[in-house]
Amino acid sequence: MSGVRVLVGTRKGAFVLTADGKRDRWTVDGPHFPGWEIYHVKGSPAEPQRIYASQTSGWFGQVVQRSDDGGKTWNPVGNEFAYEGAPGTHQWYDGTPHPWEFARVWHLEPSRTDADTVYAGVEDAALFKSTDGGRTWSELSGLRGHGTGSSWQPGAGGMCLHTIVLDPSDERRMFVAISAAGAFRTDDGGTTWKAINQGLRSAHLPDGDAEVGHCVHRLAMHPARPQTLFMQKHWDVMRSDDAGESWREISGNLPTDFGFPIDVHAHDPETLYVVPITSDSHHFPPDGKLRVYRSRSGGNEWEPLTNGLPQEHCYVNVLRDAMAVDSLDSCGVYFGTTGGSVYASPDAGDHWHEIVRDLPGVLSVEVQTLA
Amino acid sequence: MIRVVLPAHLRALARIEGELSVAVTGAVTQDAVLSAIESLYPMLKGTIRDRTTRKRRPFIRFFACERDLSHDAPDALLPDAVASGAEPFLIVGAIAGG
Repeated sequence: MSGVRVLVGTRKGAFVLTADGKRDRWTVDGPHFPGWEIYHVKGSPAEPQRIYASQTSGWFGQVVQRSDDGGKTWNPVGNEFAYEGAPGTHQWYDGTPHPWEFARVWHLEPSRTDADTVYAGVEDAALFKSTDGGRTWSELSGLRGHGTGSSWQPGAGGMCLHTIVLDPSDERRMFVAISAAGAFRTDDGGTTWKAINQGLRSAHLPDGDAEVGHCVHRLAMHPARPQTLFMQKHWDVMRSDDAGESWREISGNLPTDFGFPIDVHAHDPETLYVVPITSDSHHFPPDGKLRVYRSRSGGNEWEPLTNGLPQEHCYVNVLRDAMAVDSLDSCGVYFGTTGGSVYASPDAGDHWHEIVRDLPGVLSVEVQTLA
Repeated sequence: MIRVVLPAHLRALARIEGELSVAVTGAVTQDAVLSAIESLYPMLKGTIRDRTTRKRRPFIRFFACERDLSHDAPDALLPDAVASGAEPFLIVGAIAGG
C-alpha cells in the first residue's frame, strides 16, 4: 500500500513521521540525534531507503548522517567541507573583507538518479558534491569564483546556500539560491555559473536591480516544467518562465509578500503555495492567523487556506525549507513551524490537520512518497 | 593507556559508553591524544578541533587534574597523571546560555 514518510529537521533532533496513503493516522519516530540542530533531512529519489541528514552544533560542528534503511538506523559519513584552493574573502556585515569560513550544511539535495550523488549547500555560501554517498565532499568552486563572490554579504541568518534545485530534464543544469547574494544557475554541471536575478527589485540595495545582493529565500520548480521557477524573496513572490533569465512579480493579492517557503503542487505546475509572514521585522503571520495561500493560476490570484490551521493567537514562523508536497494522487502538502507543529493536508491544502505538536522548532520538512 | 572522557553528545555520536582509552606512542600531548581519538573514532574528526587548522573548537574545553588546559599549546606535555592513566583527560562542552 502506498504511503508517505515525512522527514523533519528541528533545532533539537530529527523526526520521521509515517502514514499510509490516507494520511490521517501518523506514527512519530524520534528524536534522532537528540540535542543537535538538524538543518535538513532528505531522501534519495533514486533509492528511497537512502536518507541524508545535516546534523550540526555550535559546540561540535558539522556531522552528516546517512541512513540506508529509511531512517531506522544512521551512520555518520564525511564532514570535511574544505573550500577549494585559497578560500579568499567575501564582504562582512561592516563591508570589510572576511575570509570564507565553513559553518554548517543548510541543505542536502540528493541526485534524482544516483543514490550516492548528493549536493550540499553550506554557510559560508558554497556548493559541495559527493559521489560516494557522503563519505567525501568536493567544492564546485566555480560558483564562489563566478566573479561576484567577493562582493557577497551575509544576511541576518548568515551567508548560506540554502536552496538547490536540480533540473530533471538536464543533469548539467541546476539552480541555487544564497542569502543574501541571489539566485544562480549552472548549465555545465557546476563548473561555471551565472547570476539569474534580472527583474528582482530589492529595497535594501542602493541599486535596486543589482546583479547580486538580493535576499532570495527559496526557489521551487515543478519537474514537468523545468523552465519555470518560482521564488519567495525577502519581499515579493516572483516567477520566471525562462530558467531564471528574467523574473516578474506574482505577489498579486497576498496580504503580505514577505515569507520563506514556496512550493508547487505535485500534479499541477500552476498551483503554488506560500505562507505569508507579516514583515521582515515581524516574523509571524498577519493578525495571528496561520494561513497558507494557494494560487491555482501560477501566481497573482491567491486564496487563503485556513481549515484546520490556528486562526487566533498564532505567532510562529515557517522557515524556508519547512514545506513539502507528496506525489500521491491527491497531492499532500506539509509544513512545520518554529513552534514545533507539523501540519499535513491530504487534499492539496483544502483541509489541514496537525500531525504532531510541541516538537522543537522545525527547520525543515521533506516528504517521500512510498510505493 | 590514556583515559579520556567525552561530552555526552560526542559519546552518542561515537557510540561510546563511559570513558574511552587510547594508546599514545611518544610524547603525551593534546595533539597526540586527539589524533589517537580521531584514529579510533573517525566520526569525531572535526567535532573537537577544526579538521584543517587543528585548532580547538571555540566551545570545547580540555581539563585534567583540576586544571584548565584549553589554552596550552597542542604540543605541550599533558600532566604525568594523565600520561600514566591515573587521571582522565576531560573534553568538555563549554557552558553557553543563561
